[in-house]
Amino acid sequence: MSLVSLVPLEAEIIDRDQESPTVFTLHLRLTDPGTRANYRFQPGQFNMVYLYGVGEVAISVVSDPDDERALAHTIRSVGRVTRGIEKLGPGDRVGIRGPYGRGWPVDTALGRDVVLITGGLGCAPVVGIINYIVKRRAQFGHVTIIQGVKHSADLIWRHRYEQWAALPDTQVLLAADVAGPGWPWHVGRVTALLDRASFNPANNIVMMCGPEIMMRITIENLLQRGIREHDIWLSMERNMQCAVGHCGHCQYGPHFVCKDGPVFCYSEIKDLFGIKGF
Amino acid sequence: MFTPREQLWRVQRDEQGQLEFIPAKETILKRAVIGVRACDLAALRLQDQHFLERDVVHTGYRTRRAGLFLVAVNCTHPARTCFCVSTGDGPQATDGFDLVLSELDDGFIVQAGSDAGLAIFSRLSLAPADKTQRDSAIKEINDGAQRQVRALPSRNLRDTLFANLDHERWDDVAGRCLSCGNCTSVCPTCFCHKETEQPQLEGTASDHYREWDSCFTQGHSYIHGATIRAETRERYRQWLTHKLGSWHDQYGRSGCVGCGRCITWCPVGIDITEEVAAISGESR
Repeated sequence: MSLVSLVPLEAEIIDRDQESPTVFTLHLRLTDPGTRANYRFQPGQFNMVYLYGVGEVAISVVSDPDDERALAHTIRSVGRVTRGIEKLGPGDRVGIRGPYGRGWPVDTALGRDVVLITGGLGCAPVVGIINYIVKRRAQFGHVTIIQGVKHSADLIWRHRYEQWAALPDTQVLLAADVAGPGWPWHVGRVTALLDRASFNPANNIVMMCGPEIMMRITIENLLQRGIREHDIWLSMERNMQCAVGHCGHCQYGPHFVCKDGPVFCYSEIKDLFGIKGF
Repeated sequence: MFTPREQLWRVQRDEQGQLEFIPAKETILKRAVIGVRACDLAALRLQDQHFLERDVVHTGYRTRRAGLFLVAVNCTHPARTCFCVSTGDGPQATDGFDLVLSELDDGFIVQAGSDAGLAIFSRLSLAPADKTQRDSAIKEINDGAQRQVRALPSRNLRDTLFANLDHERWDDVAGRCLSCGNCTSVCPTCFCHKETEQPQLEGTASDHYREWDSCFTQGHSYIHGATIRAETRERYRQWLTHKLGSWHDQYGRSGCVGCGRCITWCPVGIDITEEVAAISGESR
């Protein structure tokens, strides 16, 4: 039990990257130096980002926890708040409160072979943990990065995947359901890439996010390969408004996704996972 | 305590676009509620758990709660919609009040349940209740309990409900349910709320509010362009499986206190006890 402030803090946009026509990254810095110095987060946690006069959205923090220059938030412009935030640029102010929720099991993954799977439009929570692991490459075993997109043009951070592929003991597998020109990787479902990956069930830890249908099919596939349920971790998305388990929107069986997740071990949520309407 | 609407904060924006966030002022207001029933006390206990005893304290709730004085009444005339006996929450108020009244034909029996209650109690000019009066009060409560005509199964229904997520009764109830959210508005344990924004016209300030929400609305499960629970069937199932199912995991008991208000206020006469009986296969 604690008295977390539920009032946002002012943050300044210090940089903005357009990642794709609809995806952009805001680099935010808390304007109060004292608060900035004390702000700590884990990969996989999120902030509520506030747009003046409009409202808040839950956005995961994708920058490195040790990077004190800025907090990066990669956002897809899709709703009332994000379409407004999209129009902001360096020097503009927003509010942030957080960090909230449970992040990726970083300590559990130390020394193990890590498989990172994402689907959809550049899944920010997993990209955050990929960056984290890559920066501390020696602390982890073999790393496999698997990413699937609908159309090859949807892939953001293409140069990063190419950089990651060049790292030692690191395998990068990409797939697009539909491929345009200049796509050297697989054409088809992301699940087909699992055949090309090397798994080591005794020492693997899997982290994934993406559309639930894609995650469900992937998990079935992984379980058949002998990966244990408690070695599969996934980041869930639900409507979040309070971010502290009060408002009820993200209630998911016995959990509130905002505070018990958003990262869950598959064994914690397997009973409800994939059932439409929950 | 869980008010329909409350301001959480205000943000002021200056000419440079700088934002200043100001938490809403909270002042303890002394308030007495007279006539609180056992079901209400049980519901308040659950809301206390939710807003005060989990990871994060809701300070607005805590402030209002701190000024609250409760005068309970033991129920002797249950409505036809009541079923608090089956949920174990009534009709007698056993704790959580400051004073409790038992109605007699010629007056009340008053008992104190807290130090604040005792302070009031000791200032009243009361005659000691005799044995006949005390027996009469107990008999009235017991007779009232006997008259309840509705019931939920007293056991934990979580496993039963989650084992029946495809039961045809969900389709049946969805055919009748208007998804109006009346049941969630009157339910004393429902805690869902949304956050809303009200910008001031002059453009220099905006107020942020918390308002009641309902899992029967389209917006409740909205997520980046999609709705998780587009169908009424899914919303009713969400409500019931949470209230009577996963509530046990989260709060150690069912979220239903047997007040029957959801039955009273349903415009199409949906009765939670009937729906549960149909889904669980147990008669009421």
